[in-house]
Amino acid sequence: MSTLLETQARPRQASPLGQLMLARLREFWRQPEAIFWTYGFPLLMTVALGIAFRNRPVDKYVVDVQDGPQAEKVAAILKQNPRFDVEIHDEATSHLRLRTDRTELVVVPKDSAQPVYDYRFVPSRSESQLARNEADDTLQRGAGRKDPAATASIPVDEPGGRYIDFLVPGLLGMSLMGGGLWGVGFVTVDMRIRKLLKRFLATPMKRGHFLGAIMLSRLVFIIPELLILLGFAYLAFGVRIVGSPLAVLALILIGAFTFAGIGLLVASRARTMEAVSGLMNLVMLPMWILSGIFFSSDRFPQAAQPFIQALPLTPLNHAVRAVMLEGTPLAALLPQIAILLAWGVGTFVLALWWFRWN
Amino acid sequence: MGKTFDNASPVLISAGCTYNERMLAIHCLNLWKRYDGKPPVEAVRGLNLSVEVGECFGLLGPNGAGKTTTIEILEGLLTPTSGEVEVLGMRWGAGHDDEIKQRIGISLQETKLSEKLSVLETLRLFRSFYRSGIEPEEAIARVSLEEKARAWVGKLSGGQRQRLAVACALVGDPDLLFLDEPTTGLDPQSRRQLWDIIRGFRTQGRTVLLTTHYMDEAERLCDRVAIVDHGQVIALGSPAELIASLGGENIIEFAVNDQNGHADLEPTALASLPSVRAVRAESGRLSLSVTQPHVALPALLERLQQEGRELAHLTTRHASLEDVFVTLTGRHLRDEESSPS
Repeated sequence: MSTLLETQARPRQASPLGQLMLARLREFWRQPEAIFWTYGFPLLMTVALGIAFRNRPVDKYVVDVQDGPQAEKVAAILKQNPRFDVEIHDEATSHLRLRTDRTELVVVPKDSAQPVYDYRFVPSRSESQLARNEADDTLQRGAGRKDPAATASIPVDEPGGRYIDFLVPGLLGMSLMGGGLWGVGFVTVDMRIRKLLKRFLATPMKRGHFLGAIMLSRLVFIIPELLILLGFAYLAFGVRIVGSPLAVLALILIGAFTFAGIGLLVASRARTMEAVSGLMNLVMLPMWILSGIFFSSDRFPQAAQPFIQALPLTPLNHAVRAVMLEGTPLAALLPQIAILLAWGVGTFVLALWWFRWN
Repeated sequence: MGKTFDNASPVLISAGCTYNERMLAIHCLNLWKRYDGKPPVEAVRGLNLSVEVGECFGLLGPNGAGKTTTIEILEGLLTPTSGEVEVLGMRWGAGHDDEIKQRIGISLQETKLSEKLSVLETLRLFRSFYRSGIEPEEAIARVSLEEKARAWVGKLSGGQRQRLAVACALVGDPDLLFLDEPTTGLDPQSRRQLWDIIRGFRTQGRTVLLTTHYMDEAERLCDRVAIVDHGQVIALGSPAELIASLGGENIIEFAVNDQNGHADLEPTALASLPSVRAVRAESGRLSLSVTQPHVALPALLERLQQEGRELAHLTTRHASLEDVFVTLTGRHLRDEESSPS
């Protein structure tokens, strides 16, 4: 009988964690569309946003002068300032243009011997406020004001202080979040739908190995993605890393780990792609808005700050900016790193416990 | 490739009969499984099963009979609502789950393995989960996929994928193989290839439990068959025993033209013909279970002649498990093709 059958002991036993990671990496590299979404998309976004925001602050203001007997004269004074595009419109038109953001300011000259002007502007729009102040200066000087102090304006546009320098670390954080959630979430739910998870469950595979392999392979995918992003930002916009590049790398790995864990948790029960997409958007939306990708999270009210600071993307963005823009050492960013690791470990453990295999 | 004897081999344990005096690979008693839902479904209703070490055992039944639920409970993938289950002498959830999983190999009804991995890569992955087993290359050879070893799973035909699924079940060198509808949807040649693989496994003295709704598969492959219907075993035995239980191993099926205004043939009248053991009427046809067709057939023809009836159809064939199922349930095995199982 079977007593005579030998079981061959494999001389070099392959590690299941290594094999699972290898499988994930192979599946990824052999899927061109996944490579595009992971690597091409954040790059395109950087290009588009970089171009859109590189010319800030706006150096031209559109100013309307309301039509009337004095209109031509006032327009002529304003045109002496090269930062104004001056247009003359009747009252109704200029009001509509102001309301619909097509002009920053409406100057209404009064029909009198002395120069008397009303400024119509929108205080909540900073461009409108700035145009008002600048137009006022120009018109006052045009009316003969003499400034007692001699001043000179020197514009500064050094790397490090521009909007693009603020934006790139934010985009990096956004890529880490999106990549972690989509990359891990979709792959996991796809395997559940294909019943591959159930098949694995019927083997002696350790569950932690499987989930760990998904998380760790995210860390491997993310390195080229972010090197491309940072390299491009350097070449195209001169965005530099003031602090240690290794510190940035460390933060990237910690961030990738954190969001891979969140991705696993989000995907731990979902049975359909629709369900997991909805959940991921629900998780990401607050962070897109609150965590300081496009503008500083400090702009939100003080009362909301404890919540905002506890979201994983906020400390990540903060830490990456601190290293990239200010050269802060990692040791000074331990609170941020602690929050990130708490999210990563916590979600991994919960996912392991909560995970639906079939 | 270094081949070594491994004294701790699971095969030796099973052959040495240390875990179960009765040499049962699978034993389950009064198994129930209820799926909560609207309405709740009782997929398995008091099922009993004993599979001996070294036999190829078939669960035969129509779709929806509870075969897949039963096999998944045995595989440890589902928890029964109640009942006792022992696999290789161990119970699921009693601290031996890893030990059981190390020694069983399974193929699910549908698993879509990763399309972007090659056959060899897939098997290396599965092999890595087991403490001991065969080389991935050998698993490929056992299912004759050598030529496709480097091909991506996505490029394989249905039959090749199914063989790969079986190779994944074999790569851990299991004592017990679970195959859930291994040949459903395959062409005849692929089915025969799989049968050969399963027979090869069984001739090593190991145990196979498979589900099928193909009666010919069960007849050719299985040492014993349990016919399952509505979550219960309704008949159990070797295919030959089950067929013999019909009373006759041959079937004569015939139909007559009833244009002449005759009343329907009376089945009981035919039962008295020589060598006829049972008569069944079904959608205008009559089928007789007979022990000796060369005796029964002339008698039948003579009877029809006497009554002035005209034969519209006449065939004789060996009885099959299908006939057993029809006799027991009044339905055909493949009646409920669309319902989930």
